[in-house]
Amino acid sequence: MAGAITVHASDEAARRPKPITESGPVKWILIGIAFLFLGLVVLLPLASVFVEAFKKGADVYIDSITEPDALSALKLTLLVAVIAVPVNTVFGIAAAWAISKFRFRGKNILITLIDLPFAVSPVISGLIYVLLFGAQGFLGPWLDERGIQIIFAVPGIVLATVFVTVPFVARELIPLMQAQGVQEEEAAASLGAKGWQIFWRVTVPNIKWGLLYGVILCNARAMGEFGAVSVVSGHIRGETNTLPLHVEILYNEYQFSASFAVASLLVMLAVVTLVVKSIVEWKTGRQRPIG
Amino acid sequence: MKGSKPRNRNVLPGFGLSLGFTLFYLSLIVLIPLVAVFFRTAELSWPEFWSTVTSARVLASYRVSFVTAFAAGLVNAVFGLIIAWVLVRYRFPGKKLVDSLVDLPFALPTAVAGIALTAIYAPNGWIGSLLEPLGVKIAYSPVGITIALIFIGLPFVVRTVQPVLQDLDQETEEAAVMLGAYRLRTFRKVILPELTPALVTGFALAFARGIGEYGSVVFISGNMPMKTEIAPLLIMTKLEQYDYAGATAIALVMLVVSFLMLLVINVLQWRMNRRAVAD
Repeated sequence: MAGAITVHASDEAARRPKPITESGPVKWILIGIAFLFLGLVVLLPLASVFVEAFKKGADVYIDSITEPDALSALKLTLLVAVIAVPVNTVFGIAAAWAISKFRFRGKNILITLIDLPFAVSPVISGLIYVLLFGAQGFLGPWLDERGIQIIFAVPGIVLATVFVTVPFVARELIPLMQAQGVQEEEAAASLGAKGWQIFWRVTVPNIKWGLLYGVILCNARAMGEFGAVSVVSGHIRGETNTLPLHVEILYNEYQFSASFAVASLLVMLAVVTLVVKSIVEWKTGRQRPIG
Repeated sequence: MKGSKPRNRNVLPGFGLSLGFTLFYLSLIVLIPLVAVFFRTAELSWPEFWSTVTSARVLASYRVSFVTAFAAGLVNAVFGLIIAWVLVRYRFPGKKLVDSLVDLPFALPTAVAGIALTAIYAPNGWIGSLLEPLGVKIAYSPVGITIALIFIGLPFVVRTVQPVLQDLDQETEEAAVMLGAYRLRTFRKVILPELTPALVTGFALAFARGIGEYGSVVFISGNMPMKTEIAPLLIMTKLEQYDYAGATAIALVMLVVSFLMLLVINVLQWRMNRRAVAD
């Protein structure tokens, strides 16, 4: 009964009879407050990135994002995302399949464990890998003997990024697949479909938009992660610098225009992420909670 | 093999594979590394641990982290509610844009947020320069940290309150009006109690994120020990000085707080879900 109404709840609400809504002035004051708050806290910082980036002209901007250190940071950022995102996508699908299609004990605990990386400070996410693989870590001496370096090298950056992005795809898929239930898959199975056939022909078409959204959020965080990566990277220019770390180094060297120029690349990543989110919402016709 | 699977659901394949992989992966990437913190701390004697985590500088950093995250959570609870309200109840030009802007803090890398907010609120920035003659200092003070945490926490409150507000049964509101209640009274007595669990959950999520936040804060805080040094930064400082034991001890205290917050949030959410099912 309520379901039919909630789909267009906002339109419904907007057309409600007078006594149940606020008076005109109150409504516009509230809308004004919302605009002012978002303007001060969100929009202004966004605009400032581009203003600062172009302060010294387009030449400085282009130089800043095409110099070798910036390009190698970009390459490393892409490499990290190319590893972390697929790995966590496979994990997210497996976890969502187990949690949504079967009944077992301890399911709520498992869901909480998947959320764990969200609750841990990014700095601690990096620290735990230093404790494991660093020179003074548990496995440090063993790795050292074999000439394998994880901390202050690319593998550490990848590991820390994988850790902080573990929950994204799983969190998006679990509620979606729980809501969809098991009937369609069971019908396919009773018609003789094999496991992977069921997955590719029935499940994937049902979850593709949610999956896309989870992947794009996971990717945004993988490319933008700062705290965790900062702990394990060692900040070696041209070698273990990701884009966010490069932004920090330039900023601390008072190269503000260059720093904001590189930052503007990351702003564009964020904007693309939000555009994809809007498309997914438009395709599926529902509001997606995040975080 | 078949008999061991749960009743009614044994038609579908892949339970062992998917759950096995999930547990294996979680253990390898998340659980075992986290346990390392506890083992490392166990190498400290109790007095060593206690003197580390209760030294004046460490206590001050906890205080800065908790107070600013709490203040930011409160500000977000108020303005997040207003934004959610406006998005659910009204139609106005630019609504789509407002809706998208709310998610920006989620999609924007924290370091970018940090330098952008600093640029605006620094004494020579767009807003900082307006406030400086008045003697108000935002960047490089706890207020600056709070602003960064407001930015980071905003989507948590809006996106937790919004769906609850959307599903709110309007008949009770209508009934209240029929019975002669004024709008504000209806809001206080009918709507707000319904929204409180969602508001508290959103606040808790924003607060939990705030106490661990690093990237957006380090640029705007100024990082003065005892004054604007947050706990995650102190961990970083200790690591750079190769004081692994000290860093780990501070991290352990923060982890315990995070786990407690996670527990509180989960209990709140289970309650909200049960409520939704009961309705």
